[in-house]
Amino acid sequence: MTAELPLDPAVVARARRLAAKAAQPVVDLARSHTTVSVERATLRLAGLTGADPDGIPWVNRLADAVQEQVGIEHGIALPVFHALKDFPDLDRLAHAAAADGVRFSLPSGPDAETARGHARAAVQHGFDRIDRSRSRRDELVAEIGDPPQRPWIYLIVATGDIYEDIPQAQAAARAGADVIAVIRSTGQSLLDYVPEGATREGFAGTYATGENFRLMRAALDETSREVGRYIRLTNYASGLCMPEIAALAGMHRLDMMLNDSMYGILFRDINPIRTFVDQRFSRQVHARAGIIINTGEDNYLTTADAVEAAHTVTVSQLLNERFAHEAGLPDPLLGLGHAFEINPEVPESFRLELAHALLARQLFPDAPLKWMPPTKHMTGDVFRGNLLDGFFNLAGVMTGQSILLVGMMTEAVVTPWLSDRDIALQNVRYVLNACAGLAEDFHPPRDGFIAGRANQVLGEAVDLLAKIVDDGLLNAIADGTFGIMKRPADGGRGLDGVAKRADDYWNPAAAELDRTSPDQDAAQKEAVR
Amino acid sequence: MSRIIRPYGDTTGDGMVQLSFTLPVPHDKRAEGAALQLAAKMGLDGAMLVHAKAIGEGYTFFVVYGASTHLVNLDEVKVVEKDYPHLSPKEVNDAIRERLGRKLCVVGACIGTDAHTVGIDAILNIKGVAGEKGLEYYRELRVVNLGAQVAVPDLVNRAVDEEADAVLVSQVVTQKDAHLHNTREMAAAFREALPPGRRPLLVVGGPRFDEGAATELGVDRIFTRGTTPSDVASYLVHRLVTSREAAA
Repeated sequence: MTAELPLDPAVVARARRLAAKAAQPVVDLARSHTTVSVERATLRLAGLTGADPDGIPWVNRLADAVQEQVGIEHGIALPVFHALKDFPDLDRLAHAAAADGVRFSLPSGPDAETARGHARAAVQHGFDRIDRSRSRRDELVAEIGDPPQRPWIYLIVATGDIYEDIPQAQAAARAGADVIAVIRSTGQSLLDYVPEGATREGFAGTYATGENFRLMRAALDETSREVGRYIRLTNYASGLCMPEIAALAGMHRLDMMLNDSMYGILFRDINPIRTFVDQRFSRQVHARAGIIINTGEDNYLTTADAVEAAHTVTVSQLLNERFAHEAGLPDPLLGLGHAFEINPEVPESFRLELAHALLARQLFPDAPLKWMPPTKHMTGDVFRGNLLDGFFNLAGVMTGQSILLVGMMTEAVVTPWLSDRDIALQNVRYVLNACAGLAEDFHPPRDGFIAGRANQVLGEAVDLLAKIVDDGLLNAIADGTFGIMKRPADGGRGLDGVAKRADDYWNPAAAELDRTSPDQDAAQKEAVR
Repeated sequence: MSRIIRPYGDTTGDGMVQLSFTLPVPHDKRAEGAALQLAAKMGLDGAMLVHAKAIGEGYTFFVVYGASTHLVNLDEVKVVEKDYPHLSPKEVNDAIRERLGRKLCVVGACIGTDAHTVGIDAILNIKGVAGEKGLEYYRELRVVNLGAQVAVPDLVNRAVDEEADAVLVSQVVTQKDAHLHNTREMAAAFREALPPGRRPLLVVGGPRFDEGAATELGVDRIFTRGTTPSDVASYLVHRLVTSREAAA
């Protein structure tokens, strides 16, 4: 039980109403467009894998051929499965298409019905795999068990080589990590394809590939049994290929995915429309797969000031919540992010952190909140950094955070060394051990500094949401409202891969997801009624 | 005052240093002996092993204190001395307005695969760093921040289009010396695209650069850890306004 802030329920309700209103035009946009990556994800669900000798996946080669001949605005499933009548399987069709040996067309009448039937059946295999992965996770968690404590301890590995990552991840789990995140290679978010196979070279991280997912999950299953906790695996459904990565994650039983509604726009300069369309599809896949998403609000505070911009985090959390609910994600899968990034030189910085963390906790009581460590004010002074991480851990315990990303005192110096991780985990263990139940005793006075600050941030969040509703979310993003980055709707990478859906747009995966991942807010209203 | 120095623990001349490291061996007597032997080879006299702890299987972490046997002669230390006056934002703006008579254009980017815009943003974004506003705040500077993962040819083209006076590149990722390769590639591309008189001033920054390597990498200046926006602005004014005037 965590402390309760005296928040006015009417203000909270108004914040949610405004978030829903601000989100609606973007949801409409996402529903009325498709992208090359959504279409390629559909091919992946239908079972197409592998890459050509240059490493370009067959899903790209096939989708590119269809895009060139008939466009993607009708959905590529129909032309693909119609052309498949002359080939034994999708592989052979993709090879021929890459060699410019297939004429694609939009079938009609009985031909279209036949193609639809084949497409539905093929894509259903992908959903069956996702469903099996989900049940398997449930079985394993039931059999092996969850971590005994909250917050779950989240650790990062990032060697670039999956075969080096595996022993490091296993060692981290033995040392106390409950969640392992494999950081992606720098730059993968801007690749318009998903690399294929097991990879041994990356920059500051390891490529997200289906095979790397499979290898790491299998290794962690072994370690989970050994340590008696189900170790969760995390990767990144972000960047230009997020729908495909989400599909791969679902089929290979990843447990959490970083998946923010605006991160790619703001920090990777990916086109806003591309991002929102890809976002919706990937969230629907995560909902189907039972994957906890982690949103990226912490990132705003690495560029903007953590005190001045505290309310932008709240606004983004509310928007992420709305986008997630709309895409069928229930609260227990909603790992909203926030961070301990206030300049330690600011007076009362720890009280401010507690206020912000409690506000998030109370606004989203059923969401597994992800608490992110200091990075911006880690200076290379590792001694001070370790102290700061200790206060971060303390704030996390006092305010009942759900997932705690372990801070490294060598942040901004090196990628974590073996000893850095050990020292950082020692820090976490000390704090969890010394004050596991402290949240029970922590009741900031209703008229005190913390309560006042939380209400102030909530008020500023409501004001900003009202402004976003007036201006439109896309305009707000273009104006640099979040993280100070200005991103116009017609700029950024990946716009050429976006198409407005034609009236006859048909995508069996999108249809299945719309059917099975209902809007959680609408469902809730229905239940209340 | 002596120009020959040793580290200081709590007594002048004691030479005391602290050191931590991990050895890839299980924690036992032999591991501790190995740690002390390493410390001796690193030049520590009378090394004390104050902490040893097993990490996982087959690794041990050590903290060692000891007296360094090495001396440093301050007269033999080579550094890149700051060869330009430090100016406030107002002085920067005044110098550009009065002496250049137009805005000074700065194009910034992270090049290659580097997606870490924290460095370039700290210098360019109005938000700035360490309590100082970034270059966007300077009225007489026109800042074009291209952001992350900009291809070198795109950077060159944009610099040409904008008639940039200076190009600022930040490189944080240093795996496999990526920052050095990228910097050389950028310098070569600018040399190829523009004759010497029309080339913008090339400035790179990042935590792992060697300040003295500018010539070797083909750039005009390297900034390292701790650089603030006003350092960069002062340098730009020095090179592009003051010293050009002096030469003319």
